[in-house]
Amino acid sequence: MNSVRARLSSHLYLTVFSFLMLYPIIWWVGASLKKTEELSLPTLWPSKPMWSNYWNGWHFSSEYTFAHFFGNTLLMELGNVLGGVATAAIVAYGFGRLNFKFRGVWFSILLLTMMLPNQVTVVPQYILFNKLGFVDSYVPLVLPHFFGGGAFFIFLLVQFIRGIPRDLDEAATIDGASVYGIFLRVILPLLKPALVTVAIFTFIWSWDDFFAQVLYLSSVDKFTVGLALRMFIDQFDIQWGQLLAMSLLSILPSVVIFFLAQKHFVEGIATTGLKG
Amino acid sequence: MKTETAIPSLQATKPTKPRQKQKGTHHVAGYLFISPWLIGFLLLTLWPIAQSFYLSFTEYSLLEDPVWTGADNYTKIFASDTTFTKSLSVTFMFVLFSVPLKLFFSLMVALALNKSIRGMNLYRTAIYFPSLIGGSIAVAALWRNMFGIDGYINQVLAWFGVEGVGWISNPDTSLGTLILLNTWQFGSTMVIFLAGLKQVPQELYESASVDGAGKVRKFISITLPMLSPVMFFNLVLGIIGSFQTFTSAFIITKGGPINSTYMYAMFLYEKAFKHYQMGYASALAWILLTIVALLTIINFMASKYWVFYESDGGKTK
Repeated sequence: MNSVRARLSSHLYLTVFSFLMLYPIIWWVGASLKKTEELSLPTLWPSKPMWSNYWNGWHFSSEYTFAHFFGNTLLMELGNVLGGVATAAIVAYGFGRLNFKFRGVWFSILLLTMMLPNQVTVVPQYILFNKLGFVDSYVPLVLPHFFGGGAFFIFLLVQFIRGIPRDLDEAATIDGASVYGIFLRVILPLLKPALVTVAIFTFIWSWDDFFAQVLYLSSVDKFTVGLALRMFIDQFDIQWGQLLAMSLLSILPSVVIFFLAQKHFVEGIATTGLKG
Repeated sequence: MKTETAIPSLQATKPTKPRQKQKGTHHVAGYLFISPWLIGFLLLTLWPIAQSFYLSFTEYSLLEDPVWTGADNYTKIFASDTTFTKSLSVTFMFVLFSVPLKLFFSLMVALALNKSIRGMNLYRTAIYFPSLIGGSIAVAALWRNMFGIDGYINQVLAWFGVEGVGWISNPDTSLGTLILLNTWQFGSTMVIFLAGLKQVPQELYESASVDGAGKVRKFISITLPMLSPVMFFNLVLGIIGSFQTFTSAFIITKGGPINSTYMYAMFLYEKAFKHYQMGYASALAWILLTIVALLTIINFMASKYWVFYESDGGKTK
């Protein structure tokens, strides 16, 4: 009896809380369809949905449509995900399975870099990319992903690899496989689910990595969705309905991926934080 | 080994791995495998750190060669730069409020979500969802509109007869608005807490029940100590992360009004990439690094007194 009541009250407050958390997003959907005058009314839904907000927002810039900016961002993402997935597994195998001199030291350094504020490296990195003529290109955004995809992902994969039974390696060794063979034929196939996690997180985080984008991209032609939105915000007379409509579209790829791969998400974060 | 202390939560939960048993060593293959990271580290981390340190003692505008000016940048920053003092205190305020708030909320939510009832996945998804998109510029735009003078928040307040203020345009409330946005994105912290809760052995609760311990007692004597490594992990990373807050201040408030949300990261960004004072910005970066490193060290030292590791054989102190 008591437990039924406890369960019901759990449901009640969880529902209320979920609703509160999602409320701004629900409002957002409605607001993206509102006329400017209606935006300052406390209604959730417009009296008459202005679908033209989406059309006009999409064409807000005289030169390019949002299709161009989405294309740019996806192109950058392709490089980022490819680089991260391809190299993180290689590096993680080295740290997770091979025994070499100073491995412990390097691994500690790897973990320490996760705590390094990037303000310390950003100025010299900019100077370096500037000297190489890569400013206002995607190189400074994409290239870093090819160096192991970031400490966080290497760490995640190392944890994952350590969970793979060593018997598998040993069996392969007896069959005459080298460390390279073990990596390719034993570890890599088993690593697939973890690599999906890496791909998803890389995608979503680079989509949101506004700082690097604003730093390195200056010509509108190369703008990402985030930078296009910023251009939108900085206009003198902001068309809020259109802006909110485009903002909503801009989070769509992340949302779709989130729902397609929900399991990976929660597990992914949990693995990194804790599991051995 | 240092590895163990770097991420504290690992120490408590990582199963002991039979690393020593390994016979073969693969020095060449090992370095070959880690080479992508190693090259990246040397090129894009270590070298920039060294260069940033050097640049902090120079004047450098990108166009001409750096000119050595000794400790001038630092003297200027500490002696006469009022913007520095302002942005540092703004950032401290931000960290001081948003880190504990976020920790508290995520822990509470994790506790609420750590039950086996039907539909729990749905709740988890709903509650995690804002964190997925929270850091994006899209949400910054949303926030700017909602908290505007005739934005949604004030309309709702008007219903209740409360006269709202321009949350973003008022220097007294602007920082609070950013802290609220930051707290709204507690998802990843919460998920880590949740994972930590799942690792607490159920036997502990059962035997405590046998001993007649109540709910509160169990929470204080079992849940909190068992969760302390995770708490510590979230605290350390939370502080480091909050010191670097950029997008929300940059888009929503642009640092204003009257610098009330002029975050340190934004100050540094503008010094470097708006005024092209690379040397000055590097000095700012090193001051930030020193502060963050000191706080982290203090955290690690203090952790001895409150973080509980199973592997210590059950000692808390």
